[in-house]
Amino acid sequence: MTCSVVEYENLFSTSLSDANTACPKTDVMPRWKRKQLEASMTQTENIQNKTSPVKKEKEGSANGCRFIPNRAAMDMEKSSHALRSSESCSDLDSSSDSSTDQSSHRILSFKDKAPAPKGDTVNNLKLLYSSSEFGSKKQSTKLVTRSIPSQPARILDAPDLRDDFYSNLISWNDQNVLAVALAQTVYLWNASTGEIQELCNLEESVGDAYVSSVSWVQEGGAHLAVGTSTGTTQLWDVQSSKRVRSMGGHVGGVNALCWNRHILSSGGHDSFVINHDVRIAQHKTATLAHHTQQVCGLSWSPDGSMLACGSNDNIVSLWDASASSTSRPRFSLNDHQAAVRALAWSPHERNLLATGGGTADRTIKFWNTQTGSLLNSIDTGSQVCALQWNPHEKEILSSHGFTSNKLSLWKYPTMAKIKDLEGHSASPLHLATSPDGCTVVSASSDETLRMWDVFALPAGKNGSKRSGSELGRSSRKQLKKTMHIR
Amino acid sequence: MSTDTKTIITLQGSVKIVSEFFFTAINSILYQRGIYEPETFKRETKYGLTVLTTTDEGLLTYLDNVMGQMESWLLDGDVQRLVVVVTGVDSGETLERWQFQVKVDDDEKKTTGKVADVVVDENDKSMTNKSNSSGGKGEKSLKEIHNEIQSIIRQITASVTFLPLLNEPCSFDLLIYTNKEATVPQKWEDSDPRYIMNSQEVKLRSFTTSVHKVESMVTYKEADEWEL
Repeated sequence: MTCSVVEYENLFSTSLSDANTACPKTDVMPRWKRKQLEASMTQTENIQNKTSPVKKEKEGSANGCRFIPNRAAMDMEKSSHALRSSESCSDLDSSSDSSTDQSSHRILSFKDKAPAPKGDTVNNLKLLYSSSEFGSKKQSTKLVTRSIPSQPARILDAPDLRDDFYSNLISWNDQNVLAVALAQTVYLWNASTGEIQELCNLEESVGDAYVSSVSWVQEGGAHLAVGTSTGTTQLWDVQSSKRVRSMGGHVGGVNALCWNRHILSSGGHDSFVINHDVRIAQHKTATLAHHTQQVCGLSWSPDGSMLACGSNDNIVSLWDASASSTSRPRFSLNDHQAAVRALAWSPHERNLLATGGGTADRTIKFWNTQTGSLLNSIDTGSQVCALQWNPHEKEILSSHGFTSNKLSLWKYPTMAKIKDLEGHSASPLHLATSPDGCTVVSASSDETLRMWDVFALPAGKNGSKRSGSELGRSSRKQLKKTMHIR
Repeated sequence: MSTDTKTIITLQGSVKIVSEFFFTAINSILYQRGIYEPETFKRETKYGLTVLTTTDEGLLTYLDNVMGQMESWLLDGDVQRLVVVVTGVDSGETLERWQFQVKVDDDEKKTTGKVADVVVDENDKSMTNKSNSSGGKGEKSLKEIHNEIQSIIRQITASVTFLPLLNEPCSFDLLIYTNKEATVPQKWEDSDPRYIMNSQEVKLRSFTTSVHKVESMVTYKEADEWEL
C-alpha cells in the first residue's frame, strides 16, 4: 500500500517537473551539487523502497531526468492526463481508480445464457490437425472389377516445382507430351519416348519472373500457352521452340489457362478472366469481371459452350461462350466455403460440373450447369486440389492436399470411395490425364511427378460398344504407347 | 422526389441492416469455429453468399431475445459495441473475442427523425447539404452496403486459416456495451469485459450505412509456444 502512495507522489512530481522544464536546468548545476542531490535522492528512494527490490534494481539504468531515477513504473500518459484535467488534481483516489476510462459505458449480457453445446461436439476443423482416419470407411472392393495398382507406375523428379496452390503447372496433350513448368523453365516430357525438351526459359526477360501456368492447345499439340507471373500470356511453337506471340492484359500473374478452339482464356491474379482470340491482332475479345479475388481455376466444358471459373473468393462463375466484357456470368455458385481450384466437366453427361474447395471447405460438389443447381456435395476431409474424371467410366479422381496428401478415386454418382492412392509427401496440386485416358499424373510440391495407372478401358468393352466414338479407338492406340514406356 | 427518398436509409432501416448483420455474423462465427454441431446449421443465401444459420431452437430463442433488445438499444443510439466471447467450457478461459464496434453518425441521428419531412419540403437543399457534409455517404445503395457486409462475412469464414484451433469444447456469450444512461431490462446483468491475456488482434473490414459505422475485429489467445 505504501508503495503505491509513493508511486503517485513520484508521478506527480514527475509531471510537474516536466511541466516546469526542471530537467534541463539540472545541466547547469555544478557537478558537486548534482552529485550530492543524486546521492540524497537515491538514499531516500532506497529507504522508501526497501520492500521492493525490483525498483532498486532498475535504478541502475536510470535514463532521462536523474531526479526521478525510475520511470519504469510510472504511467506518464495517465499522469499528464490527470494534470491537464483540472478537477482530478485534488482527489488522487478517483484518478487511481482503474475504471476511469471505462466510465462511458456499461457492459451487459443476457441472463439466460445460450444453450451449452452438446458435450461431445467435436470441432470439425480438428480433423485437419489430427491424423485420424476420417471418412475411411471399410473400402468395398466390389466397386470395380479391374485391379488398381496402389503404387505409381513411374516417378519423375521435378525440382523447383513451385508450391503454389494458385498456379497450374502441368498439361498433357494428345500427342502424349507432358508440359511441366519448373520455376522459370518449361520442359516437355514425351511420354512415348521419354525424351525431354526444354521449351522456354524466362530467365533472360525479367529477374524473378516464373511460369505460373501452362496449357496445350486442344488438337495437334503444336502450340503451348504459357502464363507468366508478370502477367503475359505467351504462345510457343513446339516444333521450332520459338515464341509465336506474347499477349498482355493482366496485372499480376496468370494463374490459369484454358483453350476452347482458337479462344484462349486466362485467369489472373488480378481477379479477371480474359478471352484471347489468338488468331487476330486485337486478341482481347472479352474481359470477364465478376470475381473479387484471384482466379485459380478455369475449365471449358467439353462442347465449348460454357466456361467455369473458380476463384479465391470462394465463388465458381459460369460464363456462356458468347460472354462479352459487359455481360454477367450465367451463374455464380457460392456454396463453397474456400477457394475453388479444382474444376472438372463430366465427359459422360452434358452440363455436369464437379468442383472442389480448399482447406476450409474440403467438399466436392456436383452441379447442373444448365440450372445452376447443386446436385451433390460430399465432405472429403481435406483440401481438394484437383479433380479428373475417368473418361471411360463414371468415376472421378480427386487429389487432396493438407493434410492427407493423397489421391482418392470415387464412384459417381454414389460417391463411394474406391481407393486411396498414397505416396506424395506434400500436396499433389496438379493432375493431368494421359491422352489414352488410362494414366493420371500428379504433380506435387514434394517436387515429384507420379504416374498412376488408375483408369483403364472397361474390360469386355473392346471398342465395339463405343463404335463410332473416336475416343475409344484412339485411346487403344495410345494405350500401347503407354505400355511401351514401361 | 421519389428517387431522392429512395437513397436515404432511415434509422429504422439502418438498425435492421446492422442487426441482421450481427445475426449473420454471430451464426457464421458459431459455425466456423465449431462451437455448435455443424449438422444443426442450415444453408441460406444472404448478401450473395451462402451463410449457415442455426436451427437449434434454444439457441434461436436466445439470439432472438438478444437481438430484440439490441434493436431497441440501437434505435435509442445506446449501443457502442457487440462482443462475441468464446470461452472454453472446462477452463473457463476466454479464447476468442469478436468485437463489433458501432459508431453512430451524430448529425444523422439528430435529423433522421425528421428525414422524411425535410426531404419532402426542401428536397434539393437537404440533398446537397447531405452530400457535402457526409461525402456522399447518404447516397450509398443497399447493394454497396451488402457488398461491404459480404466481405466481412468472408473474412470470418477465412479466419479459420489463422485462428488457433479451439482444442476444447467451447461456449459463447454476447456482451453489449451500452451507454450509461441506457434503460436496462430485468433480464440483463452487468458483466466484466472478459479480456484475453496474451492476445493477438486482427482487424477485419468495416461497413457503413448512412447512420451506423460498424468496425469489426477479432482478438484471440496466442498459442503457447510449447503447443506449436
